Amino acid sequence: MKRLLSIEFQKIWKNKASRVLVLTYFVLLSFIALISSIKFSIGTFEIRIADQGIFNFPYIWHFNTYVAAFFKIFLAIVIVSMMANEYTYGTLKQNLIDGLSKKEFILSKFLVVGTFALASTFFVFVMSLILGYSFSSYNELSIVFSDLEYIFAFFIKLFAFFSFCLFLGILVKRSAFALGFLFVWFVAENIFYWIVKFVILGGNDKTKNFGDTIIQYFPIESMSNLIKEPVTRLNAIKTIENAMGGAQNVKDYSIHFSQISIVLVWTIIFILTSYYILKKRDL
Amino acid sequence: METILTIRKLNKRFNKYVHAVKDVSFEIHRGNVYGILGPNGSGKSTTLGIVLNVVNKTSGDFEWFGGKVATHDALKKVGAIIERPNFYPYMTAKENLELVCKIKGTSFEKVDEKLDLVGLLERKNDKFRTYSLGMKQRLAIASALLNDPEILILDEPTNGLDPQGIRQIRDIIKVIASQGTTILLASHLLDEVEKVCSHVVVLRKGEMLYQGTVHNMLDQNSFFELQASDLSQLKSVLSNHAEIDRLEEQDGKLLVYPKKEMAASELNAYLFQNNIVLEHLVKRKNSLEEQFLELTNNN
Repeated sequence: MKRLLSIEFQKIWKNKASRVLVLTYFVLLSFIALISSIKFSIGTFEIRIADQGIFNFPYIWHFNTYVAAFFKIFLAIVIVSMMANEYTYGTLKQNLIDGLSKKEFILSKFLVVGTFALASTFFVFVMSLILGYSFSSYNELSIVFSDLEYIFAFFIKLFAFFSFCLFLGILVKRSAFALGFLFVWFVAENIFYWIVKFVILGGNDKTKNFGDTIIQYFPIESMSNLIKEPVTRLNAIKTIENAMGGAQNVKDYSIHFSQISIVLVWTIIFILTSYYILKKRDL
Repeated sequence: METILTIRKLNKRFNKYVHAVKDVSFEIHRGNVYGILGPNGSGKSTTLGIVLNVVNKTSGDFEWFGGKVATHDALKKVGAIIERPNFYPYMTAKENLELVCKIKGTSFEKVDEKLDLVGLLERKNDKFRTYSLGMKQRLAIASALLNDPEILILDEPTNGLDPQGIRQIRDIIKVIASQGTTILLASHLLDEVEKVCSHVVVLRKGEMLYQGTVHNMLDQNSFFELQASDLSQLKSVLSNHAEIDRLEEQDGKLLVYPKKEMAASELNAYLFQNNIVLEHLVKRKNSLEEQFLELTNNN
């Protein structure tokens, strides 16, 4: 395993574009901390974001994992091009001839995916811990380490998304097309959802119907469903909503085992299909 | 003699129409230099691709080193270059070779030695993408030799190179062959094969036409090249000879193919008895090229 990782990280690290993207990713992740310095004023009222409770434990786990997940696209590009390059350079063929088995090849790629997901998770965990201790109103250990399932969900989410990217890289063989395909897939899921929900079943946005049920089984939707948006959970926002006279928005922000299992099933499908494609294909 | 590679009734169908390899069987023994000959599209590269784990076989069997190890582990003891050199363009020559070492699971100590062998030691810290085709091809050879392989497989190693490049590659191959490494060389360049190889396998449209030593292949047909002042008379006299298989006229000379081995003196005596004095008599064998063309055209 050490050998495979060393092979893969040499391939990534020696590539300038990949190196820059990986570094950019981690720099941008640490910029989440800068949110704390945002201040804005409504009339004479000055609001400092950090004081609005976004860095309170345990809410910070939810908020930071949600925001950090946006940056995953940087690593997605690295992963897709890492795979597609092997095809364009013909090095996949050469690696196999040099004595790497197809199984080892796939394994090494998924080890990279796992490492990226793990490193991001660890980074976000440490950063949230530091930010939380600097700004949180509650510092009791039991509160600090509650709701840690968001960190776990973040890891699963990244691992699944990167696996999907890798699978597309293997399927499409060209990085630009694979990323395009990823976008098309995302759009297609949404269009499918709208058609089922609004056109076929004639639903509206207030109520849920079969469209909402089925869409959560789709890969991208299931991944984004793992960690729901945290903004409306904030006390400040809730206050505003109530003041506007809207109906009490009862929303479930927690992470469910069923959602995790859907994502895990997709991940397994991506890994196995990638292996199957590689095995069947003549190079 | 130790068998390095055994291929039995190997078949590859790409689709309904393309049957690239048909029932090919042969064996590679240690210490010999083999040539695989065949026109474009004859299944040479596909056959090599199958034994090198990059193309899936349709049916048949092959085993490396008596079948004791898995194919990918066996390939760690094989050095192979196919068609064009494949390396990471953004890495230097040294880094690329170190990566191959990691894949093969060996130490980096041979990297410099092999770069020196192919004359790239001075350029080892330059990126692969800055290399010329000849240098790329030489780097590929260095890479294939990294592990001091049991067998070196070369698929068209001189393709697209200029005369100097071809010469360099050929010299390197000769050095390697002289060190006793088993070599399997697929090539169009028949004089190259004739000079370097001891054994040949001839393929056409996926079928194996010949397998054996170069010596035997050339020995099969020796023939005479004759010239006399009256060619038509010569022809009519010879067509009465019972041992002559066929006659062919070429550039004012008559090519005479006997049914079996015949001494030049015997033929000369026969013609002299029939009042023909020859101006020109040569007993010769087909070059590998002629033999190859005959084999691939006439069947």
